[in-house]
Amino acid sequence: MKTSNLSARLGLITAMAVTLAACAAPTPQVVEKIVEKPVEKIVEKVVEKPVEKIVVATAVPAAKPFAGRTINVLTFSGPQIKEPLTRRGKEFEALTGAKVNVVDVPFGDLYTKLLNDFASGTNSYDVGVFAPQWMGDYVAGGFLDALDDRIKNDKVIEWEDIGPFFRDFSATYNGKIYTIPMDGDFQMVYYRTDIADQLGLKAPATWDEYIAFAKAVSAKGLKAENGKPVYGSCMAKKKGAQSYWMITSIASAFLQSQGTGSGGFFNPDDMKPLYGNNDGFKKALEIYKETGKYAPADEINLDVGDTRGLWTAGQCALTIDWGDIGTLAIEKGSKVNGKTGAVILPGSKTVLDRKTGKLVECSKDTCPYATNGINHAPFAAFGGWSGALNAKAKPEVKDAAYAYMSFVNQKAQSNADVTVGATGMNPYRQSQFLNREAWVKAGMSADAASNYLGAIEDSLNSPNMVLDLRIPKNNDYQGVILDGEIAKFLAGEQDLNATAAAIESKWDAKNKELGLDKQLAAYRATLGVKK
Amino acid sequence: MSRPTFLDRIDRAAPAVFLLPAVLIVLLMSIFPLVLSIYLSMSRLRFEAGKTVLDFVGFDNYAKFLFGNEQSVLIGTLSTPTWVGWLFLAAAMAWAVYSLIRSARVEGIGGLLSNLLNTLLLFGLIYLAISTIFSQSGRPGALVVTMIYVIVGVTMQYLIGLGLAMLCTQQLKGRRFFRIVFLLPMMITPVGVGYLFRMLADTNKGPLVPFWDVIGASGFTWANLPWGARTAVMIGDIWQWTPFMFIVLVAALEAQGVEPIEAAMVDGANSWQIFWNITVPAITPASITLILIRLIEAFKIIDLPNILTNGGPGTATETMTLYAYRIWRATDIGGSAALAYLLLILVTIVATAYATFARKNLSN
Repeated sequence: MKTSNLSARLGLITAMAVTLAACAAPTPQVVEKIVEKPVEKIVEKVVEKPVEKIVVATAVPAAKPFAGRTINVLTFSGPQIKEPLTRRGKEFEALTGAKVNVVDVPFGDLYTKLLNDFASGTNSYDVGVFAPQWMGDYVAGGFLDALDDRIKNDKVIEWEDIGPFFRDFSATYNGKIYTIPMDGDFQMVYYRTDIADQLGLKAPATWDEYIAFAKAVSAKGLKAENGKPVYGSCMAKKKGAQSYWMITSIASAFLQSQGTGSGGFFNPDDMKPLYGNNDGFKKALEIYKETGKYAPADEINLDVGDTRGLWTAGQCALTIDWGDIGTLAIEKGSKVNGKTGAVILPGSKTVLDRKTGKLVECSKDTCPYATNGINHAPFAAFGGWSGALNAKAKPEVKDAAYAYMSFVNQKAQSNADVTVGATGMNPYRQSQFLNREAWVKAGMSADAASNYLGAIEDSLNSPNMVLDLRIPKNNDYQGVILDGEIAKFLAGEQDLNATAAAIESKWDAKNKELGLDKQLAAYRATLGVKK
Repeated sequence: MSRPTFLDRIDRAAPAVFLLPAVLIVLLMSIFPLVLSIYLSMSRLRFEAGKTVLDFVGFDNYAKFLFGNEQSVLIGTLSTPTWVGWLFLAAAMAWAVYSLIRSARVEGIGGLLSNLLNTLLLFGLIYLAISTIFSQSGRPGALVVTMIYVIVGVTMQYLIGLGLAMLCTQQLKGRRFFRIVFLLPMMITPVGVGYLFRMLADTNKGPLVPFWDVIGASGFTWANLPWGARTAVMIGDIWQWTPFMFIVLVAALEAQGVEPIEAAMVDGANSWQIFWNITVPAITPASITLILIRLIEAFKIIDLPNILTNGGPGTATETMTLYAYRIWRATDIGGSAALAYLLLILVTIVATAYATFARKNLSN
């Protein structure tokens, strides 16, 4: 008994001693280390750099102003976008001394990864390169720095050269600039010009013509150079990837006809979802599913990377994509160089009457922006990869991080990058549209360059352009609800009516959850509706 | 009686002081998250400038899955059973009635009441499975899909594991080598198994393309078919976890006494009689525990369907854990926590029912 008491006492005293030792003051060695910190670091902390004196990376830098600093960048596992960010990062390091560390995650994780990093206060990333439509959620949380002052003082960026749409919509939120565009995004339809000539077909102007084109190619049983079949249509339809924009590219032709301000997702009068129980959306679902009849058997598991691979291998006659196809087609190894045509997204001769939910024929009143009786509603899907600055990044890193984003965006870099398919960057500067020589130099024929840039310009200049959703939690509406329900529809788990009803009901529920008035106000603000 | 000294007080406090760190760690690491997650499951996360806010929403998150617009994903779409479904349903009903009558006879009214809740819940799950799988236009949701993986997976793993264990306990040449080989799948990370099976099942680009060509399955996309994709997930799961059953059953088989078997052989019993009457009872206690462990573990399957099929086509291969993970990624933290609690309830019902069944019918 005595022995156990003694052991207990000894144990207790030892435990107390260990605890006290753990709580004791740091050892002298630690103090020595603190003293040995480089002097310049202490100086940097004391003297804050005013924004006006911001250092901008130029081709001929005075010195290496950011030596010793590391910029952590988060984007998606491309290889698109990540490749130019990494490559330009090395150049930036050579010019300024700042090390650029590009980290990537799958696209489906990017939104949440950034949000969690910001919201949890981890702040592992100084720069996020993401879809600008997510900006609202990040800005609402106070996670991003407004860049107006920096841009105002940055003469090298040539901000006015950036297309007004990307400058004023993609980069701006609530009147302030939060992102630096690095890419310009519109979805278009690409078609094989050689096959069209061979079969006597023309570029599809309506979705019915798209189906007819795909059907004709499929019936012909054409073979690509690799001996594999040429599919009538290839669309990325994979769940949890970058596919959910495709349905909007189709549906918009039926749902929006009264100009950009009339909205392509909700009725801006009452926030009633247009993706729901109406003939316009159901027609779009029908077309979307029908394209699968002329597509690879595993189309529902294809992401944009896969359809692009099929396109350059010459295995597709039609596809929907951003501007990437145009530049990938001229890359080494492509089987479709000189055979790739681009057109504005096909339209429709019938559009949704929002009061009745029925489709009505296009007229001067129902389709005021129609061309040849066809309502085109080009979709500014995604908005283009854009860089933003973490508000909680260290001040000295912020300067370097902004300079890096500016460097990637500057004409000297971006005007070359947008002509290379592997970068994933598409034109967004006015000079990139005007200087066709750069495109010819990159390997495009003059006609192909005109056709490609013309299709983007047609979309960009359309008064009926559909703006991507920018309301709070838009990722829930599109990346979760729309994507999930469409996947079930394509897999045959639910029929067309059930799909339309499910999307409408879930979008309605989301509106209520987040506050109908708040969402309506945000939606109207993004459309520029003022009442 | 003298007053306790300082040292006496220390003596008395010592056990509590020594236990305290362990208690605190358990509270911190286990109880606190459990309680916090209950609160999370009743709240909704939102972001405001410089802070995150949790709004209390009561049982809204639970209602969303059980009765709201997420019901079709979790529960599925119920429909009138086919004649096969009615047959299963009649059998389930007969079992439920028999089970209740039996417990009333054997254990009295107390036994009947304690069995009633379990039987009703299990019958409800069976009804759900039948009206979504064996029905006119039904579709199983994540809950039923999880149960399919658990029931088919654990059953197959046990049967194959037992067969392999029986083989490896025979005096066969090379049995030691095969014991190690059979264990290998269990050593691979489930994500690795997912990628492995994705490659093997790819009929267009995978290493087995020549084989698929020979059998005429080249270009066949099993991943487009709900049952094709579910089968692929189950094959991967069975492949990975059979070794666990195998290794425990080998130990159980080797631990059984030789004397009863020799006595049976002397009495002229054939191999089947020896297996059924001597080996099976001998390994039953180990089997009960083994199945219970795998049963609980199997409910948490996420890696394989996530890597192999991404939960698709549609949501056909989505399990409850994968579903919870998917909505967690969409920052629906409350919904994810609610789903995790629903899974906990499901696992508890099934595990309790199994344990009760085993205790009453198999333990002797």
